[in-house]
Amino acid sequence: MSQTATTLKNENLVEEIVTRYPPKVARKRRKHMVPVKPGTEQTIAANARTVPGIITQRGCAYAGCKGVVLGPIVDMVHIVHGPIGCSFYAWGTRRNQGKARKGGQNFLEYSFSTDMQPDNIIFGGEKKLRKAIEEAYELFKPKAMSLHATCPAGLIGDDVIGVGREMTEKLGIPIIGFACEGYKGVSQSAGHHLANNGLFEHVVGRDDKKAGKFAINMLGEYNIGGDAWEIERIFEKCGIDIISTFSGNGSFDEIAQAHNAQLNIIQCHRSINYMAEMLEDKFGIPWLKVNVIGLKSTSKSLRKIGEFFDDAKLSARIEEVIAEEEAAAEKELAEIRERLQGKTAMLFTGGSRAHHYQALFKDLGMKTVVAGEEFAHRDDYEGRKVIPTIKIDADSRNITELKAERDPERYHPPKSEEEIARLKEEGKLSEYEGMLPDMVENSILVDDITHLEQEMMIASYNPDIVCSGVKDKYIFEKMGIPSKQLHNYDYSGPFAGYHGAVNFARDIDMRVNNPVWKMIQPPWQKRPMIKAEMMVETEKEIRA
Amino acid sequence: MLDQTPKKVVEREALRINPAKTCQPIGAMYASLGIHGCLPHSHGSQGCCAYHRSHLTRHYKEPVMAATSSFTEGAAVFGGGANLRQAVNNIFHVYNPDIIAVHTTCLSETIGDDIPSLVNQAREDGLIPEGKLVIHTNTPSYEGSHVTGFSNMCRSMVSYLTKSSGEKKNQLNILPGFVEPSDMREIKNILKEIGVPAVVFPDTSDVLDVPQTGKFDMYPKGGVTIAEMNSTGDSQKTLALGAFASEDAAKMLQTKAEVPYEVLDLPIGLSATDRFIEAIVELTGSEPPASITDNRGRLLDMMLDYQQYLYGKKVAIAGDPDHVIAMTEFVVSMGMIPTYVITGTPGKKFVLRIKGILKDINPTAKIKAAADFFELHQWMKNEPVDLLISNTYGKYIARAEDVPFVRFGFPILDRVGHSYFPTVGYVGGMRLVEKITGVIMDRKDRDDPEEVFELVM
Repeated sequence: MSQTATTLKNENLVEEIVTRYPPKVARKRRKHMVPVKPGTEQTIAANARTVPGIITQRGCAYAGCKGVVLGPIVDMVHIVHGPIGCSFYAWGTRRNQGKARKGGQNFLEYSFSTDMQPDNIIFGGEKKLRKAIEEAYELFKPKAMSLHATCPAGLIGDDVIGVGREMTEKLGIPIIGFACEGYKGVSQSAGHHLANNGLFEHVVGRDDKKAGKFAINMLGEYNIGGDAWEIERIFEKCGIDIISTFSGNGSFDEIAQAHNAQLNIIQCHRSINYMAEMLEDKFGIPWLKVNVIGLKSTSKSLRKIGEFFDDAKLSARIEEVIAEEEAAAEKELAEIRERLQGKTAMLFTGGSRAHHYQALFKDLGMKTVVAGEEFAHRDDYEGRKVIPTIKIDADSRNITELKAERDPERYHPPKSEEEIARLKEEGKLSEYEGMLPDMVENSILVDDITHLEQEMMIASYNPDIVCSGVKDKYIFEKMGIPSKQLHNYDYSGPFAGYHGAVNFARDIDMRVNNPVWKMIQPPWQKRPMIKAEMMVETEKEIRA
Repeated sequence: MLDQTPKKVVEREALRINPAKTCQPIGAMYASLGIHGCLPHSHGSQGCCAYHRSHLTRHYKEPVMAATSSFTEGAAVFGGGANLRQAVNNIFHVYNPDIIAVHTTCLSETIGDDIPSLVNQAREDGLIPEGKLVIHTNTPSYEGSHVTGFSNMCRSMVSYLTKSSGEKKNQLNILPGFVEPSDMREIKNILKEIGVPAVVFPDTSDVLDVPQTGKFDMYPKGGVTIAEMNSTGDSQKTLALGAFASEDAAKMLQTKAEVPYEVLDLPIGLSATDRFIEAIVELTGSEPPASITDNRGRLLDMMLDYQQYLYGKKVAIAGDPDHVIAMTEFVVSMGMIPTYVITGTPGKKFVLRIKGILKDINPTAKIKAAADFFELHQWMKNEPVDLLISNTYGKYIARAEDVPFVRFGFPILDRVGHSYFPTVGYVGGMRLVEKITGVIMDRKDRDDPEEVFELVM
C-alpha cells in the first residue's frame, strides 16, 4: 500500500483531524468521533445535522422511505410524486431482490413517477398525482400502492397522504401516502421512521390468520444480494416460520399478517425498531435483536430464538442445524482464514452493518479498526439504555412518534407478562447493546463520517480493506486500498447466514489478496534510469 | 421480466413509467467535473447530491467528488442562504478547490434562492478567498432533463469565465456535448492530429478516467483550466457538438464575446464525423492529415464488409437527443431501418430532425420526445425489432423480448469500456460497428439450426 502510515494513537488522530476544520465545524465534528477505550463509558453525538459543504455519505428522507423501506415490497406500485430524478435514481440500484408470489405481481423492475413539470409546481401537482394513480390502476390493477412526496411537492403543499386517502376510497384498494420530502429530518433515518409508521397504520393487522407454533417476523432485512433467502433457508431448516420480512422481498399480504406472529426478530435495529415497538404495544409481540451476519453470530441468534420459544424439540433441531452448517462453512473458511488472519478493516455503512460485519470479520480473524454509520442514532452506538437520555431536537420533532394503543381483541403475548418482564430484565428481549461495546482498543467510532476524516484515518491506520458504499469505493481504491461495498455488496451476495459467510470470505480474500495491488508501480519507477543508448525524439521533432 | 407490461398501448397523461431521462442537476454536476480544480456543489437536500454522485460513480467507476448544502426543514422554509454561506466557507477551508460550481435543485428553485446575490454577499463578507471562484447555474429538476442541466452548466461556464482580451487567438472552441471522457479525449486527439489549437470544454478526460497510481487526487490533472476558459472569448470560432447539450453555451459565447459559432451533430458515425472534420478543415484551409482520411477509409471498409448482417434490420433507438440523432443517421447509413426512435428529453426539434433523417427510409417510424421505456417496450411487443440500442435501462426490455442489445449513451451501469473507448470520430464509429455486428452475429450463431451454423462469417 502506497499510503504513508503516520500511525497515531486514536485520540491523537481525532484531535489532529479536527484541527483541519474551521472552529465551529471542529467543535461539532469532535463530538461525532470517539477514540474507543474499552471498559469505559463513552458517548457519541449522532442523528444531528450534517454541516453544509462538508462532504458526507448521507442521503435524504425520501431515500430512507421509498428507497429503503417501501421500495422492496414487490407487489405494490410505488409512485413517486415529484420531478423525475428521485424515482429514476431509486430504480433498481439498491439490489433489494424480490420475486412475485404465485399468481402475484412484481413491480421491482419498474419506476413510477408523476414527472412534475413547471406548471405542476406553479399550480399544484395533486391533480396530476390523482391522474397518475388512476392510470396506474387501469394499467396494472395492483393490490395496493404507495405515494411518496419529494421536496418540491411538499414545499408547494401537495398532500400525498390526503390524496392517498381520497383515492383509496375511489378505487377500493389501499393507497398510502408518505410525506417523506427529502428535507425532513437529517438523513435517511427520518424516512425509515415515516415509512414504518405508514406500514403499521395501514397494512399491518389487515389479515387475521392463525400462525404456526414458531412463527416470527424478520424485521430490518432488505434482501440485498439475496440475504433474506439464505436466512429463510436456515430458519426453514430449523422449523421456524417467517410470516413476513420487513421489507426485503416483502409482500403486501404477508405484511398484513405480521401481527399473527409470536416473536419479532430485528436485524437492522436502526431502520425498524419503531415497528417492533409498535407491534409489541398493540399486539403484544415481543422482539429480540439478532445478527445473522457472521458464522458465530448466526448461531448465537438461532440459539436466542430457541431459548425464547423454550421448546426442547426446536432447540435440539437448532443445535443440529448449527452443527451441520457451521461444520460445512468452517471447511471452506479454514483455508481462506489463513490468508486473512490479522488483517484490518474499516467499516462505513448506513445504520447497522458496521456493527454486524465486525462479527463476520472476527470470524475471519480480522480486526475492525474504524467503524461508523451514516444515519445511526445514539442507541445504535451506545445501546438502548441511552434512549431516555436522547434529546429530541427540532429535526426529529417533525417526525411523528406514533404511539400504538393495545388492540383489545388481538393483543396476545406469547408468554405471561411476568415471564416477558423477566426476559426483558435479563436482556433477552427488547435489548440492543449497540456497537461500541464490541469495538477494540485503539479503534475509532465515528458518526456521519466526512471525506476528510476518511482520508486521514486511512492514512493513519493503513487498513487492508475499507467497506463502504459506491460513492467512496473508488476513492479508497485510488489510494491503493481494496474496498468492498456493504450497501449493495458489489453486485454479489448473499453474505448473511452460513453460505453468506463463505461468500463473503471469498470476496474479501479476492480483494485483499488481489495480485494487481502489487503491480501499481511500473517497473521503470522502481529503479533509477541510467542507461542511455538512444535519444528520444520529441513530438515536435517527429511532426517536423 | 417486466411481466406487468401490457401489449395494449394506452395514452398516459400523468404517469411516467421507466423514464428515459433523469433530472437536470446530474448533468450540471457532470459538466462541472470537466473544469480543472472544481468541486461541484449541489444546493438542496443532501439526497440529491448523494444520488447524483452515486449514479455518476456507477457509470464511471471513478471517484465523483461533490458537496451539498444539506437542507433541512428550516432551510426549506426560510431559504438556503445560510446553508450556502456555510458551505462555501467550509469547502474552501477544508477541501480547497480553485472553483466551486454551484447548481440548484428543485427544492432551492421552488424556494427561489437567488444564488448570485448569495454568492456576492459571501464574497463581500470574505468567505471566498482571494483568487478563488464560485460560479453557478440554475437547474430546476422539473424542467427538461439531465441534458438540459449539462447545457445550463456549459452556458454558465461561459457567462462566468469567458473573457475577451480584444486580441483574437489562433484557437477554436469546442463544446463536445454530454459525452464520455474517452470521447472528449478522442476529439482532442483529432484536433491535435489536424494541428488545430482548441479549448475543449467541459473536459472530463483525466478526471473521470484517472489511472490507478495508488494515490488519490481530489482534483485530478484533467479538466479545462480557468485560464483556458478565460481565453474562449478570443477564439476564432465555436463548434457546438450536439444542439441539445451545446448550442446554448455557443450562443452565449457569441453574445458575450462575439465568437461566431456553428452547431454540428455529435461526431458519431461516418457522415457526422465527416461534417465535423470538414468544419475544421474549412477553417484551416488545408486537407486533414492522411491518418484521419485513413481512419475514415477503415470505418467505411468495416461498414461494407459486414453490410449483409445489418441490411434491413429493424432498430429501436432510445437515449439522449444528440446521441440518438447521430446514431439514427449512422445506422441508416449502414442499411438498417430505425422503427422506433425515442428520447426522454422533451423537444420538438428532436422529432423534426429524426423525421428528416427517416423520411425516405421509414416514413412511418414511431418517433417521440418526452417518451419513456415503458411505451417503447409496448411498441416492441406489438411489432418486434431486431436490435435495441439504448442506455443500460434497456436491458430489462432486451431480456423480456429477447432482443439483441447494444449499450450506448448515458448511463451505462453494467458494462466496461465506455469511458475508455470512444464512440466519436471514425475510430469510435469502428467500435460501434464492432458492437452492433457483434450482438447481431451472436444472435445468428445462437439461433441458426446446426446444419447451417457458420464457421466463417
